[in-house]
Amino acid sequence: MPELGRAALVLCLGLSLYATVAGALAARERRRRLAVSAQNALIAAFGAAAVAAAVLLTALARHDFSFTYVADHTSRKLPTLYTLAAFWGGQEGSLLLWLLVLLGYSTAAVYFNRIAAREVIAWVVPTLGLVASFFALLLVAVASPFQTQAAPGDGLGLNPSLQNPYMVIHPPMLYLGYVGLTVPFAFAMGALLSGRTDERWIVATRRWTLAAWTFLGIGQLLGAHWAYVEVGWGGYYAWDPVENAALMPWLAATAFLHSVMVQEKKGMMKVWNMLLVVLAFCLSLFGTFLTRSGIINSIHSFTESSIGPWFLGFICLVTAASLLLVYYRLPLLRAKTKLESVVSREATFLYNNLLLVALCLTILWGVTYPLLTQAVRGEAVTVGRPYYDFFLRVFGLPLLLLMGIGPLIAWRRASWSSIRRVLAVPAVVAIATGAVLIVFGAGSSLPGLFAYSFAAFVLASIAVEFVRGTAARQAVAGGGYVPALVELVARNRRRYGGYVVHAAIVFLAIGIAGSSAYQSTYETGTKALQPGDTVKIAGYTYVYRRLVSRPNVGNHSELRACFDVFRGSTSLGQQCPGQNFYFREQQTSSEMSIASSWLTGEDRDMILGGVTKSGGVFVKILVKPLINLIWLAGFVFVAGCVITLWPDAREERRLAERYGEAGAMARA
Amino acid sequence: MTTFALVLGALLAVACVVFVSRPFLREPALAADADRLHEPDAAERRRLSLAEERDRALAALKELEFDHRTGTVSDEDYRVLVGPLRRQAAEALRALDG
Repeated sequence: MPELGRAALVLCLGLSLYATVAGALAARERRRRLAVSAQNALIAAFGAAAVAAAVLLTALARHDFSFTYVADHTSRKLPTLYTLAAFWGGQEGSLLLWLLVLLGYSTAAVYFNRIAAREVIAWVVPTLGLVASFFALLLVAVASPFQTQAAPGDGLGLNPSLQNPYMVIHPPMLYLGYVGLTVPFAFAMGALLSGRTDERWIVATRRWTLAAWTFLGIGQLLGAHWAYVEVGWGGYYAWDPVENAALMPWLAATAFLHSVMVQEKKGMMKVWNMLLVVLAFCLSLFGTFLTRSGIINSIHSFTESSIGPWFLGFICLVTAASLLLVYYRLPLLRAKTKLESVVSREATFLYNNLLLVALCLTILWGVTYPLLTQAVRGEAVTVGRPYYDFFLRVFGLPLLLLMGIGPLIAWRRASWSSIRRVLAVPAVVAIATGAVLIVFGAGSSLPGLFAYSFAAFVLASIAVEFVRGTAARQAVAGGGYVPALVELVARNRRRYGGYVVHAAIVFLAIGIAGSSAYQSTYETGTKALQPGDTVKIAGYTYVYRRLVSRPNVGNHSELRACFDVFRGSTSLGQQCPGQNFYFREQQTSSEMSIASSWLTGEDRDMILGGVTKSGGVFVKILVKPLINLIWLAGFVFVAGCVITLWPDAREERRLAERYGEAGAMARA
Repeated sequence: MTTFALVLGALLAVACVVFVSRPFLREPALAADADRLHEPDAAERRRLSLAEERDRALAALKELEFDHRTGTVSDEDYRVLVGPLRRQAAEALRALDG
């Protein structure tokens, strides 16, 4: 039923345009019924997009190859899960997912804030409508998933590297993050357009921003794990433009989540916060543009397409219009208070913001540099891993240190004697950690040594905060320490949830430092390994045994090179790296063998590089200490985000009172 | 199949149009005043601004007390910081009552 899909998309476009135009008119002329009608249009557009999505899913499930999209991205032998996940395996489906998620977010955000933030909502609706109109227009006019053809006997199949369970969860998570950043952007624009630049837009979007940021963070970690287990090069992050495209808005949103606290506590940084929201949203559009336009060579750019100029035009329009609006409203955004001291909590937030934005813009420069050199010199010059690694150390290490210092410094100002006292324990822990690491030979990498010492500093400062907070709570409320800890976290969810997220970032940093700075590598030279040959690396012995071939495993064949692995004389079992050949797609994928030790956090990775006619093999072996802390960090990150996001009835009552009371008292 | 799809599409369109028109269908004839979106006047804006200031000062006081209890803020820093915050909160409360 492609006609129904097309009709639903046209209807969605019409409704989104109506929400934009009628919403703007209603907000400008303060017409209530028209404003509600525009809100309804946005909700109805979500319904229409859901119908379009249902049509595409049905076509995928039924292997209806008369849909060009279905024929291009699936085949009859493709497992059902991947067949359904092919919804977002191609450009048209991805755009439809963007639109669907955007309208879902819009519906929820408008519904939940229609009373509490009613003055701002009037302008939020046309802003959301405008973004939805752009994506609906792309789907109707440029990249429709409902194009049809004479149905072939079978489809072309799905790119083998997409045939992985992560395909089912990673893209939706990323999209929930990318698209979720539209909500704070729309509320920020709503606040500027309505002239209501008080805290209401921030209160209304705090959870939405945090949720989008959480999804974006989880999406990136899932993507990193996917790259690690599937792409088969032994790494998890390659500073690929598309990976960077997801990291940049996350960094901008991280900066916003910190600086917005300064606005809430002190009424400062209002302009900066507006600019960060605009930056995060524009970068999320830019990320989608990079992934989908095919403009940059990337392992993620599965298609070349014609949507690039459309995206570029829209990004320019949004950026210019937003900046003009911020400029126009500058008088309303001036802070009434100033920074009282450069040694205060808000000052550390400011430094952290500068570092985060500097890192974000450095990455942006690295991503856009090939495009600029291509445009100017006619030849694309790319910046490589050393560029990114250098700036990650330059900005990332001070950021890590600030994460430990910030929570221990008071708001407004702190005396040096006070700072010396509160930083003493973490500083001693950090210095002791560094000394122990040097003794154990970790001084081979200076950045690694600093990363570990700073990580110890942050963990110690977090521990100090929890211990002191629990003791203080116990002293006030009595009872045991465990109930005091629970009560402490429950009463200060944002603060202590934030510390848990900080702990996750520390685990991530330790994992990254361990797996990159202290990695051991073996690679077969020109002479292939023959059965019986041994390789020694990082205290392990690998004995090559044989090649195993399985010619028909569903939609592919498998080839595995099996090695026995020993530590001293203790057998650690077998590792069999290999390659799969996908019949329909006519493509080969590398299947890395990973042996994880959850006790030490170490991974032993094996990659099959090639096979000789005589059964000899070329392999790469990587021993990565502490890499599993990166994935553990994901769970800790989610736990911290859940604590922070968990609704706080006390705070909600207070906010309801504030906004209800302000209106009621003025009307009295 | 095409006809069926088009009928479904038409039904979807009609449902959307009805839903979008609902505010006008429910209240077909309204005086201009009744159709106005709530517009906060200057007094309400000032009240809100004061309420935000009051909440900010009270929250800051609460956090300062907590940080003092945990030892993050020393006695000396506490004495310097608590006065202005109390004054700020009292001023906001007075202005709200006035």
